[in-house]
Amino acid sequence: MSEKLQKLVRMANQIADYFRAYPEDRAVAGVGEHIRSFWTGRMRKELAAHAASGGEGLDPLVLEALRRETAAGG
Amino acid sequence: MSLVHEIDYGTKRTKSETLVTVTIDGSPVTVPEGTSIMRAAMEAGTKIPKLCSTDMLDAFGSCRLCLVEIEGRAGTPASCTTPVAEGMAVHTQTERLHRIRRGVMELYISDHPLDCLTCAANGDCELQDMAGAVGLRDVRYGYDGANHVFAKSDGKPNADWHPKDESNPYFTFEPSKCIVCSRCVRACEEVQGTFALTIEGRGFESKVAAGIDEGFLASECVSCGACVQACPTATLSEKSLIEIGQPEHSVVTTCAYCGVGCSFKAEMRGPEVVRMVPYKDGKANEGHSCVKGRFAWGYTTHKDRITKPMIREKITDPWHEVSWEEAIRHTASEFKRIQEKYGRDAIGGITSSRCTNEETYLVQKLVRAAFKNNNVDTCARVCHSPTGYGLKSTFGTSAGTQDFKSVEKADVIVVIGANPTDAHPVFASRMKKRLREGAKLIVVDPRKIDLVKSPHVKAEHHLQLLPGTNVAIINAMAHVVVTEGLIDEAYVRERCEPEDFAAWAKFIAEEKNSPEALEKATGVPAAEVRAAARLYATGGNAAIYYGLGVTEHSQGSTMVMGMANLAMATGNIGKEGVGVNPLRGQNNVQGSCDMGSFPHEFPGYRHVADDAVRQSFEALWGLDLSSEPGLRIPNMVDEAIDGNFKGIYIQGEDIAQSDPDTQHITAGLKAMECVVIHDIFLNETAKYAHVFLPGATFLEKDGTFTNAERRISRVRKVIPPLSGMADWEATQALSNALGYEMSYAHPSEIMDEIAALTPTFKGVSFDKIDRLGSIQWPCNDNAPEGTPVMHVGKFVRGKGRFMLTEFVPTEERTGARFPLILTTGRILSQYNVGAQTRRTANVAWHDEDVLEIHPHDAENRGIRTGDLVAIQSRSGEISLRAHVSERMQPGVVYTTFHHPISGANVVTTDFSDWATNCPEYKVTAVQVRRTNGPSAWQEHFEEEARTMRRVEAHLDAAE
Repeated sequence: MSEKLQKLVRMANQIADYFRAYPEDRAVAGVGEHIRSFWTGRMRKELAAHAASGGEGLDPLVLEALRRETAAGG
Repeated sequence: MSLVHEIDYGTKRTKSETLVTVTIDGSPVTVPEGTSIMRAAMEAGTKIPKLCSTDMLDAFGSCRLCLVEIEGRAGTPASCTTPVAEGMAVHTQTERLHRIRRGVMELYISDHPLDCLTCAANGDCELQDMAGAVGLRDVRYGYDGANHVFAKSDGKPNADWHPKDESNPYFTFEPSKCIVCSRCVRACEEVQGTFALTIEGRGFESKVAAGIDEGFLASECVSCGACVQACPTATLSEKSLIEIGQPEHSVVTTCAYCGVGCSFKAEMRGPEVVRMVPYKDGKANEGHSCVKGRFAWGYTTHKDRITKPMIREKITDPWHEVSWEEAIRHTASEFKRIQEKYGRDAIGGITSSRCTNEETYLVQKLVRAAFKNNNVDTCARVCHSPTGYGLKSTFGTSAGTQDFKSVEKADVIVVIGANPTDAHPVFASRMKKRLREGAKLIVVDPRKIDLVKSPHVKAEHHLQLLPGTNVAIINAMAHVVVTEGLIDEAYVRERCEPEDFAAWAKFIAEEKNSPEALEKATGVPAAEVRAAARLYATGGNAAIYYGLGVTEHSQGSTMVMGMANLAMATGNIGKEGVGVNPLRGQNNVQGSCDMGSFPHEFPGYRHVADDAVRQSFEALWGLDLSSEPGLRIPNMVDEAIDGNFKGIYIQGEDIAQSDPDTQHITAGLKAMECVVIHDIFLNETAKYAHVFLPGATFLEKDGTFTNAERRISRVRKVIPPLSGMADWEATQALSNALGYEMSYAHPSEIMDEIAALTPTFKGVSFDKIDRLGSIQWPCNDNAPEGTPVMHVGKFVRGKGRFMLTEFVPTEERTGARFPLILTTGRILSQYNVGAQTRRTANVAWHDEDVLEIHPHDAENRGIRTGDLVAIQSRSGEISLRAHVSERMQPGVVYTTFHHPISGANVVTTDFSDWATNCPEYKVTAVQVRRTNGPSAWQEHFEEEARTMRRVEAHLDAAE
């Protein structure tokens, strides 16, 4: 995993750490919205590609948020 | 232009609303109850002679010059200490008063040097004015007797004479000219709150002494200048005034140091600044100042200023001076080339929290409209971005809730992760004043900062937590509030979202959030946390003030929300005396955030994906704009290292010194093809630059700054830009060269555009600021003169929203290799990266960064004060001198980052806040050991400082 990708994974997991206190549905939505609002398209694509190829090291909340995003066509 | 003369009413304004009418010399005057006769007379235009009184200080009644006669009362009371009473008839000038005053003046002058013509105060001496006012014509006593004037009497040393103290770099103290009016001593106590000065001795021996008569520099004096300003004679004089002479015109402007945003008169003689004098009508500072704003402006004319644009092909080449036209043309062509080759997103810009609102607005406009992406960020990324996120999530907007004046109504003051006496000294003075009046203080800080215990101030509770456990502490306090029934239920019911509150209350009441459960993590005794929480919730108006010790953590945003939750739960939002208040680091951090410097939002904190908002900008700017969030500074660096980001325009920021993990930052800069630095000095980042555009200081341009209380104040040009272009003009030229036309003739036109596009600024204009002095946003149809206190009656977002704040410890952990926690901060005399203050005499107080370490940790390592020690983290290693201090707790060490050679950020890591990527400066696991030389990085730094800063010798064309 490249240094940058490692960092994206860490950032995404940190976001999940915050939202974990909420019920799962809201937590997933929170993670997804946060990434959509503050990350560039390239960063989001790289994270999504990483998730698509197994998502090593990614928090389940992030994976679920990315899955919903893909399902919504985002 | 002429000097701005401020009227001295002699005594302070009273707050009474009851009016009283008196007659003064036969004319009726109506003033608030409690007003002194002196002030009432001055309001009616009659200036009663005075020496020891001034309206910045409480009346003292010692000089016996302001005596008056009152019909029906015996004697001649002092008008400064005598309040008006209904129907009172006062005479300010009678034969008897005339005689007494002249006699008093005669005594003063009999012990005062008569070197008026060569005296620095000539032209601005109250003693001289009073001698004139009372008609003094003769001194019958002569000058031969006991005196303080002459070094010798009868050929023998005169014990009452004391030499001039010139130890302070900015002002002199000449005891022979002192009339012992105590104004300086009282200013130090009442205005500054330092208590460094005193009157030593009794009777004729009375004299002003700094500390225990140890001279100004060696004493506790903080060089705020309040005493110099208060002095009615030349006893305390600015060295610049002594050097240059009296100013002949002055311009009111705003200080360019910290986020307090003090208002100053720049007193000038022609194009030369004689002195900066705090402006009494300035609402942020009310006539007070600190050593930086008052004295440390010499950098503006320092020889290191670069005033010509420069370019170079490679960063190892020497710089080559070029014309503005060439520099701008070159930059534009490079940026175009990069975008063609690597794509539109391969360039970006950084706005400056030191520049004006107008300049900041223009840089983000340049990025969005001329670069056509949203890759714009600002130094707030590394300081208060979590404030933006946290306060917006809970209250609905990113700003401190109060004005500074509000602290006068606070009963409980909570200072969290801030060190106001060093970093926001003028506000600290206002805070200390309230504390001396009896407000209670809670300090939450890993260090024993000065506020914990200083003269006449003592914190009720000091929660000395371990760095990185803020959220645990705030949760524990909230737990006490919820479980002990201290919620302000009526407030919460009326003002907040009920479901979010219920979820929060349930969460926070869980046992894991109790002070007892968290004691191990925080290191703070549970009983102390409980007592502090009870005091906060039940002690009356409770106000939170916080700094970067809150935000610069991996849970910075969570902590901001935690404080907002606590304030809402106890009803401490929406009135005077309460609130959640960020103390902003730089002069215009608030403004740069307001102006849309973040990559995801337009001015006024509105997301770029919001179609209606974006369309309003598209309509006025005449082009389509991107709805995609852009890169934040750390992301820019990461993308640069990854090869996707190749060009950057940085206005007034020094990321190579100020941002964490220096070696990562410089690797990013080195990977770029065109780095453009727009600054007043060749700063650290400029070592990696290809274009240097010379910047203008705050004295050289017009515009506005917005301080920590949302107050928009004017910055006024007092001299033309040394480089020929104000910063906004250079940005405009670059935009035009890139093909996006800008044609502002004056910054006021930029503000008009900001107002047209930003609802919270709708009512703001330069004309209105000039008329009102300053304006606190929101300023719109609902609040045409601005808004001192926010969220009154209802929150900006409607209902306040409680957010869950689970404590998640940082990943940065201490262990066997790195057993200590390093935390960083500022010191009074230096400012941020020190680019300005290091180029002033402020180095007299702090000429190097040192490592503060607890005696226990020092002893374990055989370290003594003054030893050179190596500080090593997983990011890097530096060497600093150690200072063994009990301000620290065992396990925690501290340093400042004012000197680039220290490389404090070589050791800080790239961990950051989960929501905003604000770096975790405040927690770095380190090891400390004795060493005998600079670190490898520091040696390399010295080498690079030489090789990467060379400017080609200037060759004049031979005729």
